[in-house]
Order: sequence, then C-alpha cells, then structure tokens
Amino acid sequence: MQLIECPWCGPREEVEFHYGGQAHVAYPEDPAALDDEQWAHYVFYRDNPKGRFAERWSHAAGCRRWFNAVRDTATYRFESVYHPDQPKPVIP
Amino acid sequence: MSSSFRTPDGGRIDRSTTLEFVFDGQSYAGHAGDTLASALLASGRHSIATSVKLGRPRGIAAAWAEDPSGLVQIEEPFPEPMLLATTVELYDGLAAHGLPGQGRLADVPDSARYDAMHAHVDVLVVGAGPAGLAAALTAARAGARVALVDEQAEAGGALLGSDDRLDGSPAADWVASAVVELAAHPEVLHLQRTTAFGLYDDGFVLALQRRTDHLGGAAPRHEARQRVWRIRARQIVVAAGAHERPVVFADNDRPGIMLAGGARTFLHRYGVRAGSEAVVFTTNDSAYAAAVDLADAGVRVAAVVDARPEAPGHWLAACADRGIPVRSGSVVTGTDGDERVAAAHVAPLADGRPGDAEPIACDLLLVSGGWNPAVHLFSQARGTLRFDAALGAFLPAEELDGVAVAGSAAGVMDLAGCLADGRRVGAAALAALAVGAPAEPALPAADDAPAGLGPMTLWRVPDGGDGSTSFVDLQRDATVADLARAAGAGLRSMEHVKRFTTIGTAHDQGKTSGVLASGITAELLGIPIQATGTTTFRPPYTPVAFAALAGRDRGRLFDPERTTAVHDWHVAEGAVFEDVGQWKRPRYYPRAGEDMEAAVLRECAATRSGVGILDGSTLGKIDVQGPDAAVLLDRLYTNLMSSLKVGSVRYGVMCGVDGMVIDDGTVLRLAEDRFLVLTTTGGAAKILDWMEEWVQTEWPELRVHLASVTEQWSTFPVVGPRSRDVIGAVFGDVDVSNEAFPFMTWRDTTLGGVPVRLARISFSGELAYEVYVSSWYALAVWERLVEAGRPHGITPYGTETMHVLRAEKGYPIIGQDTDGTVTPHDLGMAWAVSKKKPDFVGKRSFSRPANQNPLRKQLVGLLPVDRETVLPEGSQIVEFRDDGRLPAPPVPMLGHVTSSYRSAELGRPFALALVKGGRARIGDTVHVPVGGTLVPVEVTGSVLVDPEGARRDG
Amino acid sequence: MAEQLSRTHPLEAWLPAFAELSGAVRISAEPFVPMTVLRADPATAGDVRIRGAALPTAPGSWASAGAGWLIWLGPDEWLLTGPGAAPEALEEELRTLLRPVGGSAADVSAQRIGIRLGGPRARQVLAKGCSIDLHPRVFTPGQSAQTTLGQAGVLLLALGEDEFAVLVRSSFGGYLASWLLDASLEYAAPALTS
Repeated sequence: MQLIECPWCGPREEVEFHYGGQAHVAYPEDPAALDDEQWAHYVFYRDNPKGRFAERWSHAAGCRRWFNAVRDTATYRFESVYHPDQPKPVIP
Repeated sequence: MSSSFRTPDGGRIDRSTTLEFVFDGQSYAGHAGDTLASALLASGRHSIATSVKLGRPRGIAAAWAEDPSGLVQIEEPFPEPMLLATTVELYDGLAAHGLPGQGRLADVPDSARYDAMHAHVDVLVVGAGPAGLAAALTAARAGARVALVDEQAEAGGALLGSDDRLDGSPAADWVASAVVELAAHPEVLHLQRTTAFGLYDDGFVLALQRRTDHLGGAAPRHEARQRVWRIRARQIVVAAGAHERPVVFADNDRPGIMLAGGARTFLHRYGVRAGSEAVVFTTNDSAYAAAVDLADAGVRVAAVVDARPEAPGHWLAACADRGIPVRSGSVVTGTDGDERVAAAHVAPLADGRPGDAEPIACDLLLVSGGWNPAVHLFSQARGTLRFDAALGAFLPAEELDGVAVAGSAAGVMDLAGCLADGRRVGAAALAALAVGAPAEPALPAADDAPAGLGPMTLWRVPDGGDGSTSFVDLQRDATVADLARAAGAGLRSMEHVKRFTTIGTAHDQGKTSGVLASGITAELLGIPIQATGTTTFRPPYTPVAFAALAGRDRGRLFDPERTTAVHDWHVAEGAVFEDVGQWKRPRYYPRAGEDMEAAVLRECAATRSGVGILDGSTLGKIDVQGPDAAVLLDRLYTNLMSSLKVGSVRYGVMCGVDGMVIDDGTVLRLAEDRFLVLTTTGGAAKILDWMEEWVQTEWPELRVHLASVTEQWSTFPVVGPRSRDVIGAVFGDVDVSNEAFPFMTWRDTTLGGVPVRLARISFSGELAYEVYVSSWYALAVWERLVEAGRPHGITPYGTETMHVLRAEKGYPIIGQDTDGTVTPHDLGMAWAVSKKKPDFVGKRSFSRPANQNPLRKQLVGLLPVDRETVLPEGSQIVEFRDDGRLPAPPVPMLGHVTSSYRSAELGRPFALALVKGGRARIGDTVHVPVGGTLVPVEVTGSVLVDPEGARRDG
Repeated sequence: MAEQLSRTHPLEAWLPAFAELSGAVRISAEPFVPMTVLRADPATAGDVRIRGAALPTAPGSWASAGAGWLIWLGPDEWLLTGPGAAPEALEEELRTLLRPVGGSAADVSAQRIGIRLGGPRARQVLAKGCSIDLHPRVFTPGQSAQTTLGQAGVLLLALGEDEFAVLVRSSFGGYLASWLLDASLEYAAPALTS
C-alpha cells in the first residue's frame, strides 16, 4: 500500500486518491476553431512515458482537492506534488 | 502412547501438563509448549503422510516453517487444511491427520473472528532472535516507537533450539531479560506468534498474528483468532534468521531424514530425541553441534559423514570424546528403509564422484548442506541478491533505503556476530531517523565454538541413475530428473524451471528447495549459480488464510450497506431490496402470494391509474453556489442552464469531452447564485468529482462552490393522476393547480414548521411531485404522504416499477441504456443539446465524423411480435436477409437490448435497445435470439406510453 | 396537520447496543445539531468570525465555535456544527455573512451524523480500520482527519485524550455503527464485564 502525499493532508494511503490522468493538458481556448485531428489530440492522445510523468490526482476520500504530482511510471515513486495552479516542473 | 523419545528433563515444554490429541485416529499425549510435530516425534512417530504424486511415505523433515513435507489437516476443533505439524502448537483436543498434498476446506462456516490492526512505528524489527532482540533493544532504548514481531510462540529465535550460553548463563536468560526490558518501554509493540509475511511500498509490512490458534477449542469467542497487522514503519530491520538447506541424494525423502538443526531444535526446545541411532551428513560445521548434543542426550550417533576432505579439529575432538566416528571426504549416496529410514549408504568422495557405498544402520539421518539466509522480505523490497561462494548462499547485495538486514539473514552465522550486527543495524536505523544511538551496556559474551572450516557447497550427491528418486522438492515430488528434463527442454530461467517442475510452488514456497534447484540447474547447464540466480520472492512468506485477509469485512460488514432515512419503513412493509451500488433500495413491495412480476404489474397499474410513492432519496444531490454557478453549469451541461428562472427546473445531460453521455438529471434553480443539481444514484460521487476537477483545475477563476447534499435531502416522488390530491392534502398552503404550480417548477413550503420543497418533476410521464425534506424529518413526512394518500390507494413502489414506468416513456437510465459510447443524439435527445451556447464540454466532439455516422447505434423501442416474450436484457439483435433467412455466420449484430419489462399499461412486454441506424428502422421487424429461437420484434420509437405527453399535467 | 414533525435519528436502533458496552470503549450517538458547510477564500475571509472563532487554516484541525466545532475540510472549506438557530435560519445567516467575502454556506445538517467514541480502548478500535497514525502524540486534541474508517469515509476529530467524534454520511451510519460495535467486542463486550 503506497503512500501519496496530499499537499494539504500529508501522506495518506493510495486508496484515498483518485487518478486524473496527465496533468497540464489545458482545455482548448476555442474548441470550435480546432480541426478534427487537433481536437482528437486533446480528447484522446496522452503521453505514456516510462519514467517521470506529471499527473493529476485527487484526494477523493480526504479533502477532495485536486493536485498535480510528478510520478515515475517505472518505479511508482512520487517525486513531488504541487498545486494545480503551479507550473509544470522541469522534468529531466 | 509412551513418550520414549522424550528426554528426562530440559526443553521449554511444561511437563506438568498433559495435552491429549488424536493423529490419524490414534491417541497421543504431549505437553504445553509442544508442537504437533514434537509431540509425535516424542512418541516415536516420524511418518505423517504419503506424497502427493508418488505415494511415498513422508515425515517431519524440519522443526519449523521450512519443513517441506509434514503437512496435516486439522479436524478438531475446526477443520483447517494444509498446516505444518511443525508450526501447529499443541492443544488439548486437537485432532488431525496427515495430508497427501491436498487439503479439504471446511464445509461449515468458520465461526472464528479475524481482524486487522494498523500500527505506525519508527523501527520495525522482524525476528526476535539474537540479532532482532539486539536491534529492538537499541531502538527502544533510544525512545523510538518500535515493533518487534516474531513468528514463534516465544522470543529467542535460533537460541530456542540450542544450548548456547551468554555471559556464562543459558542464552534463554538473556532473552528473558531482553523481553522484560522491551515490555517496560511504553513505545514498544512486541508481538510473538506473528509472521511478517509481506513487505510492500513505503515501509508497509503485513504481519499475521496467530492470537488464539494455540488455545484450540478453548479460544475465547470474542477475540480475533488471527489478526493481520498493517504496520507502517519508517525503518525496517529484517532479522529473520536462516533456513538450513539439505543435500540431495537418492531416496532422501524417507521419514527419519531431517535437517540437522531441526533435530537439535527438537532436542533443546521440546526435549525430544528425534531417533535412537543417527547418522549425520554435513557439508559444514554446524551439524556437528547437533551430533554432539544428540549424543549427549543419549542418541547413538553412528557416524558424522562430512563431505569436506577434512573435518574441523575442534569438532573432531568433541566427536572423539563421545565415540562418534567422523568420516570426512564422504557423502551419503542413498538410504534404505520402508516407513522410515533404516540405513544410510555412505561412500567416500573422490574427484566429486562417490565410490562404493557402505550401509550404516540408523533410524535418523540428519542432513546439513549449509544455510540460506531468509532474504525473503529484503527481496520483496526489490533488494538484489548475490551468491556468496564462501558461504554457499545468496545474500543481500545492496543497501536499501529503509530496509536493513541483520544477523544470519545477512549471512552472519555466529552468535556474537549476530548480537553485534543487530545492535549495529539498530543504531543505523536510528541514524537514518536522525536519532542518536543510546548508551547501552556491553553485549553479552557468547560461547561460540572456535572458528572452524568453511562450508563446502554441495547441492546433490550424484546417484548414478536418472535422479528420479533424488528429491529436490519433497512436497511436489519433484526430483533431479525433473530438473534434468527442464534443462533438456531448453529452459534457462529459474522462473521457467520453477513452473516446469513445480519446484518451490508448494506451501513452503521453496524454503529448502529453491536454492537447491538453482544450484542443480546451474550444474546441469554448466554455468555458475550466479547466472541462474533465484526465483522472485513474493508474499506471503508463509501461507495466510483468506479468512485472515478478509478480516471483519465479511457478512454484514463485507460491503457497506447505505440506507435511506426511510429504510426501516420499507423493511416493515416487506420490501424486497435491490443493491444499487452500495445502496439498499426497495425493488418492489410484494403482497401475500405475489411474485415480482405480479407485484410490479400491480404497482405500475396503481401508479398510472391512481397514485404511487417512491423513495428516491438515493439520487445524488449537489449544491452549486456562487456568482458563477450558472456559468459552470452552462459549461458542463449540454443544455442551457443560465436561462433557467429561479423557481424552475430543467432536465439536463452531461457529456465527457468525447461527447458521450456520462450522467443526467434535473437542475433546480434555487436563487440567482444557487442551483440544486440532481445526479443519478450511481453517478453521485463521480459527478461531484468531475465538477470539482473542472472547477479546481481548469476554471479556478469561477466563483462557485460545490457541496454534496445527497443525504441532506430525502426525496419522495409522489406519482400518478391522484398525486395532486395527495400533495394538496398534505401541503394545504400550496396552490397545487397546474396554473399556479406548472410542470418543471418548484415551490417552497413548510410542514409543521419544517421547510419542504415540492417540485413538479416526472420520471414516469404522469402528473408527479417530488417532495424534498431534510432527512431529519424524512420518515415523518413520508408517513404523512402515505396517510394522506390512503383514500386514493397510494401504492409504494420500488425500483423495478420505476424502471418500467420510465422505460415506457423512453427515458434512459445512464449506465443501463448507455455504455459510454452513446451521445445525446443517439438517445434521441437532440432537444437537450443547446445550439445557442458557443461551447460546453463535449460539444466539439459531436461534429466528429464518427459521431455523424447515420449507422450509429440509436435508442429505439422494441415490441416482441408474439406479445408474450420478455426479451432478456443484453440480448443481441439480428436481421434476416431479403430472402427471409439469416446471413451466413458470423451473423452481424445490429445492437442489443438495454431494458426489457412487461408493461401493465401496454398489456405486453416491451424493450429499449441500442440498434444501428435504429431510428431509420422504425417499423421494421428484426430478430432477437432467445434460448435457441429467433423472436421477431418490431422496431418502434422509444416512447411507447403517452407519446403526446398529455398526462404530465394530470 | 400542523402539529410538529418528529425527527428520526438514523442510529436509533443501535442505541441500546451502544449503552450495553463496558467502560473500555464508549459509543454514543451525537444529538442532532445544525451543520453548515462554509466556503471562502481564507485570504479574503481572514476577519470572519463564526461564533467567535476564526476559520482554522491549519489542515486537519478544528476549533471550538460556541458549543460546537468549526472543522477544516479543505483550504477553503469548513464544517460548522453545534446547537443554535434552526438549520435553514443558520444557513441564511452564514450566507449573508460570507457572501460579501466571496464565500457561501449550505445546510448539511442531515448529511452526516456524529458518533462519539471514548474510553481507554477507543484508539485501538479506530486503529482496526483507520490507516492514519492515531498515536496520542501524533493525533492530538484539536486535530481532525478526513479519511476512511472500515470502508466508510469519515471525518474524525480528536476531542480529548481518549475521546473522539466520528462524523459520517448518514447513509453509512448503520454500517459504521455495526462496524464500531463489532470492533469493540473484544474490549467492551457486555458479557465480559459482568
């Protein structure tokens, strides 16, 4: 049972959290201006790196806050957590 | 039975007690402190069962969990399969028998309790042997929060099975004082009979505590028999000891053949001589202690057979003192015997090949091929291992963050070394926690034998044949011949060899056989054992009952039952309940003699012709407040919510960004800056999460707040042409006329001073009112409604009738009539999709080509032509060719039935279905395979009752 | 039909079983009190006082507010509990108070119920199903946690050395009451003390 650090509540067991997929995928400013392929990229295409990945998580069973985390998809280690309004960390 | 093999004194058993037990139908007696194995051995019984495949007799081959063969089935006090005689503590009234490999689960419910307990510590020490005790003392003396867990009934570890002395006194004295000291530290949790069986992420260890197993039938009923400890540790010290390893030779599986250390443990801990005439076969110094101790206890030791060219001088002298012949440079090549070993074949070893063998009579053959450190937990922590040639064993090869290994688990094989290593690792754990090492007294002085000779690595003695009686895994009847077949088949990875031969897959998970299999495979392949490595160590370290893992999550506590505020009323009215997610919802209320179909037909007819009442409190409810509340809802619903007037209600659909429907429900505008959003019962949590995600991550600038109010407001639809009479009677101050209170509006009122909200919402097509009230007063209001409805024959109805009524109107249930691939247009709900709004979530996807395809599945109605068949939900839909026959297989599927009921109103069954190009097929006849026949059905529009909507205003 | 409506506590059926427990674990149902969820940006609501109390900003904390509690639920979310005005009147009062600072308030009096847990074994009872560290030096009076107890989401408050409040959604009340009684059995079974 992994621990995930909620930026507010501190470390909690992973079952308290919901996964929200890749972070920093902004809703397009004007979806109507996108062609089908560009829109499909927003809806369906996500990165799938082996290694560090910026993701959205929600402390669903706790404070209900969404936050972002950099997690290593190979080791599952959470390397950092940060608020949704903070910029994406530089991932080497 | 006599206890002729019990020593006159000694051991850690309580000789003043006598425990009666039955094994294989025969009565025996033992003492408190015995295991089933030690008590049987004390009576001279080695044989436990026959083997799983070959039917060969097998006995007790070790003293604890590493035993590969002594499996028993407990019958009394409660049936339990696949336990080791060596780990079952004896209790009065125990009845068991030997198991030929496969057990039998109890066919009566287990009435014992099992539970779980969380613990958080700074330092977890696994193993209360010398290293573990030293580590735990160091951590405890520094004031750390410590857990010390150990699988045995008492602390001491290997010291329990030896005659070691510390500071000149029996080592048990030091163990006892350590235990007393630990108990005096308030922050120490010391658990015996507790096996740390799995190590997981972030210092999480699961440990099984056998709390009352040893009490048998006398166990208190209110206490958990077993407890799973869920320990979160900042630092873990693995001091789990080492397992002795046998050497493989021909016919090495007979009862009476035992690990040398096991026999020594039976002697020192249980006061049991494991035989009367012993041969000891070893590759290392440790077995000499067993030979000498057994000889001192009166066992005739016929020979020590040492595979090494030279025997260690210190032990040669000790053997000479006792008249024990030592044959160095020799091996055991085979055995004789029937139910029990009768002789060992001993041959000199020359150039790695045994010469001519000579039988030596014995009823006990002790074997030691060295020691395997118990690296299981370290390996589960993804620690890598290396083969240590000097020790002839796999050892931790790296330092892990937070997991350290101490004592013989780390390859330290002498007592003084284990004590020092435990203290060192304990201090290192403190240092990692930034806690200084405490001032401690000097460690006690050990009386270790002088340094002797290094061990020889010997996996097997060649048997001159095909190895088919040279057993590697006794439990699986797997032999050197099986390994040769695996190598011959081209298998190189030990993971593959394991699956091919099944070696290491039994209850013991290869504690004695795993490394042997690696070593022998390496020999067969002509590669170093470093290249084969070991198989992956996985939890659990020893078997754990599913009952223990389930803990208290069984019976009523298996899954939470969510109930509404009116639940007890439903129960009293005899409702049959349906699980909707975790909710218990009344499905129907049968009257005497009614089955579900009859009850539902009655409830439907009563509601459509008079008035019915439903407990709709499980609907999800979200309070949406703030100046931008309407902006948010406009972005998330397909239709326009900002234009909704205060006092009005609108039905809305939510889609994902892919344009597929994810939920639906009504929205009440309570104020300019406040809405009440209703979700489906199943969608409540998901939709709140969904809305919060948008608000918190995409649109944090919106001034809007969301709160779940699902349980706050109980909701009772009062439905049917007489509903106006009922609502009018209960809420006399509300003008319930259609003019004053039109469809899709809400009104606030009070009842007995309690605020009540009424809403003209219909999920049935009938005139209907939803009554919202604080759940504090739910039952009182429900009872008022039922009372006022009595003159009108008000009929409580359940989810089944609700489904029929809504399906007759073509109202979909999200998640039943949809599956995540359905757009509002597919549902025929283009009317609920705003054309005015420039954007909302999902809008852009509607114009994707795939969503414009006229052959998309669309929601339609189906009427079985025979007016009789209720189509099973999920049935496939097919069509005939123009010639009236089915197309050639595979027959194309047009779609499937999503909802299907018998309709009282229509007087026939009907269904809703998702059908390719369904709306263009209205009027066509298609077919549904039902139980081997093809049922013709007419495709219709989805609204089958009152398509004009004439009834909703009464 | 104007007579008073009676209120029904979801744990009514469990009260006798609570009363039978011995002293090592005490369980009781908290009486009905108004509860309101409050939302505001602490940056603009710093001067707001609710029943004399400032909105607590430390995650996982609660403050006394009148005869009730003001509990941190999130960086801009609190739960106010405690006797006082009728729920709907309290909601209106708090909406009026918070609206000027961009906040809001919603009546959630019936959304949750409270269970009081006390006694020398109370922490062990909780530890059977709660994964957070409940050590008396770690989870101290004044602290709260939104977490999971058994399989129910709860809002857990440390009230005193051996005294806790467990707030749970009403629909889970029966489950949690059964769970707590079952967890208490070994410490406080009525038959054990007689």
